[in-house]
Amino acid sequence: MFNVTRRQAMAASGGLLASLLAPRFAGAQAGGTLNIAYNVNLPSFDPDTGPSSVNPTIQAIYRSIFDQYVGQKPNLSFEPGLLTAWGWNDAKTQVWMDVRQNVVWHDGSPFTPDDVIWSIQREGKPDGGNPVSFIWANLSNFKVDGHRITADAKQYDPVLFKWMAFLTGYVLPKTYFEKVGPQGFEKAPIGTGPYMVDAYEGNAYLRLKAHPKYWGGKPAFETVVFKFVPDATSRVAEIESGSSDVTLEVPYEEYDRLRVKSGIKGVCTPISDIGQIFITNGGVMDDKNVRLAMCHAIDKQTIIKRLLRGYGVAIDTLEAPEYAAYDASIKVSYDPALAAKLLAASGYSKDKPVKFTIQTTRGFKPKDYEMIQAIVGMWRNVGIDANIEIYEIAKHFELRMSHKLAPAAFYNWGNAIGDPTTSTGFAMWSKSPHSAWHSDDLDAKIGPLWGETDEKKRIQGWKDVDRYIAAQGYILPLLQYAQPILYKSSLKVTPNVSGALQPTLVSKG
Amino acid sequence: MFAIIVNRVGGAVVTLIGVAVVVFILLRVVPGDPVAMMISPGASPEDIAALKAHYGLNAPILTQFWIWTKAVVTGDFGTSITLHLPVTDVLASRLPATIELAFAALIVAVLLGGGIAIAGTLARRTILETAIDGFNSIMLAVPDFIWALALVLLFAVALPVLPLTGRIDPDLAEGFATRFYLLESVLTGRFDVAGNIISHMAMPTLALALPLAAVIVRLLKQSLKEAMLQDYVLLARIKGFGELRLVIREALRNAVGPTLALTGVQFTFLVGGTVIVERIFAYPGIGNLAIDAVINRDFPLIQGLVLLFGLIFILINIAVEFMVALLNPRLRHA
Repeated sequence: MFNVTRRQAMAASGGLLASLLAPRFAGAQAGGTLNIAYNVNLPSFDPDTGPSSVNPTIQAIYRSIFDQYVGQKPNLSFEPGLLTAWGWNDAKTQVWMDVRQNVVWHDGSPFTPDDVIWSIQREGKPDGGNPVSFIWANLSNFKVDGHRITADAKQYDPVLFKWMAFLTGYVLPKTYFEKVGPQGFEKAPIGTGPYMVDAYEGNAYLRLKAHPKYWGGKPAFETVVFKFVPDATSRVAEIESGSSDVTLEVPYEEYDRLRVKSGIKGVCTPISDIGQIFITNGGVMDDKNVRLAMCHAIDKQTIIKRLLRGYGVAIDTLEAPEYAAYDASIKVSYDPALAAKLLAASGYSKDKPVKFTIQTTRGFKPKDYEMIQAIVGMWRNVGIDANIEIYEIAKHFELRMSHKLAPAAFYNWGNAIGDPTTSTGFAMWSKSPHSAWHSDDLDAKIGPLWGETDEKKRIQGWKDVDRYIAAQGYILPLLQYAQPILYKSSLKVTPNVSGALQPTLVSKG
Repeated sequence: MFAIIVNRVGGAVVTLIGVAVVVFILLRVVPGDPVAMMISPGASPEDIAALKAHYGLNAPILTQFWIWTKAVVTGDFGTSITLHLPVTDVLASRLPATIELAFAALIVAVLLGGGIAIAGTLARRTILETAIDGFNSIMLAVPDFIWALALVLLFAVALPVLPLTGRIDPDLAEGFATRFYLLESVLTGRFDVAGNIISHMAMPTLALALPLAAVIVRLLKQSLKEAMLQDYVLLARIKGFGELRLVIREALRNAVGPTLALTGVQFTFLVGGTVIVERIFAYPGIGNLAIDAVINRDFPLIQGLVLLFGLIFILINIAVEFMVALLNPRLRHA
């Protein structure tokens, strides 16, 4: 039996009451703690295998704990990471990589070239769970000479070193990982990154502490807490109430309301994420007039202005302005009269419209369903009668992989390294499991570019492909999304074009 | 009694096997392939096949089911595709949070609903009863997730007195021997920690409790009103007992049976409601976990979660059945 005295009961009640009423909203400045209300949960600490490793929204957390082979600046340009220099030999058959010195893992052990080699080999195992293992499996026969690693390449890949700053391009600790195993690593991960894992509760929070021996200098905040708040309303409440210092991906209406509020600032800039309508061959989509009419009938600027409150950039190719192969001269005009004329040439009109289904997500991206509703309305005005079908993310991917998407299907496409192979290339090359349009004429233009050794020629080649795609209407690019970030006015946030809101990009203002 | 227990346990096992078969087949028949969601655009058919093999999704469905069933019998529910951890470990670490939340909501609902029902019975045929009925209709009509959003606006934005997300302040989430944070902190005398946990649980608990409390009010109040017309209450009244004593000592015991049975059924809905409410409050229980598992098509985790939810529902129903029998001698003897 419990014997509780009156004094003990009073003390307990006092403690309970005090903790219930305790001031709970300490600012980022006060204790050197940065609280981020983050929009997704972190399922796994392994940045190189499994579904999380290719989830772009989680990369900000991975980049806080781990380092990539090659670093990337907020404007998408590349910089030294754990490799200080890299390149191909003249014959383009071998790569060389200089490994950074004086780097230590979070447990204090030294980082070595063996960690780099082991990580690449692990990532390249076909049965190891790395979703892009083919990238890493290109390298073999590693040799170490001092701090330089050389390796043979099965084939020349102009994007290999860009991938080293992209999905699954993280270096993990060989000795530690082999000692604790994959599940032990999940429970106590270590990296070389600016922050060390201090505490973690799945679906609730991740607390990080500054890595005192970080090679890039000590981070601005002693502690960073990622609160996993997938519900947008709750994220708005987090920043509005002051419980969090920074949040992102809130509705644009809320962004506009809060960014002018006292004590809160906002920044909303374009990121490497594009909204596009995939077009799948077959049926009415084999008619070029129909495809081009679909493109010319959409007033992208009005959609952005009315539905996205002006946040977004209308685009006509799969290359955003920040990407390497962006060509501002490729334009697809908004011209409903031309659209109607094209349809008339194929025997369609408002009275006898061309009919097909368009698939879209609802609530996955800002105003996705509403945008498609608006587009269907614009199409109706020129003689296109599209039936809207809602699908969920998992279904989209399965249909896309099996080439069974509806004739038109809306989804988004991220490309944080800005290379044309990872936008136009993989979205339009028929052998990619994620392309919707499959045709020999396009493959013939894309094929030679994969291994092109002349970089200038390669980029120009992709621009030519983009121009051809626009002229044929093989895909319908709509807009480049903008990412809204809200933060306390005492802070300074540098937006990242890749969309990764890394704590290292937040500083005391 | 032994026969009844054997009968119930046998029924539960058969139900769980049925649930396992249905969920296993449904997951593989409906669109949404976990491998399709993670493959890179540059992956070749061989790369896709290797990934499917890595996650054991390349074999025929029947073979997959046989492998899974054999493992489940030994307590191995497989490894989560997204979390990279054994499903059993994941469920064991998340379930206590949901249990604490659900039981807290149940306690609040019973106290609140019972209290309002008794107050309404005491105030029958007065303006107060009309007010109580009106308020109760609102509680009944508004679903838990709307309550959750309303509470967020009220207690986290307009009057920011309660923490909005999580189960506990990260700085306090240390030194626990179990995952039952609230229970453990109370039993070990860490009342400051308990207070912090309660403040985090306050809004999700209320959001879950209010609709259930409304159901309790409606049914218990009606049962109490009927009981108050019975002869034994009249006899007690003649003996000179006060109205409060008549309601609590005489009518309540006979009126509580149907309410208890319905509360048991409604409690299963409350547990189901944790899925959305935990999401809104970023509360780390099995409900929040379930949404991520479904979005990512994490087959092993979904299967484990569905079986767990099934088991919870069965256990609640059995517990309610026994409690009702315990309170009602006629049912006990039947």
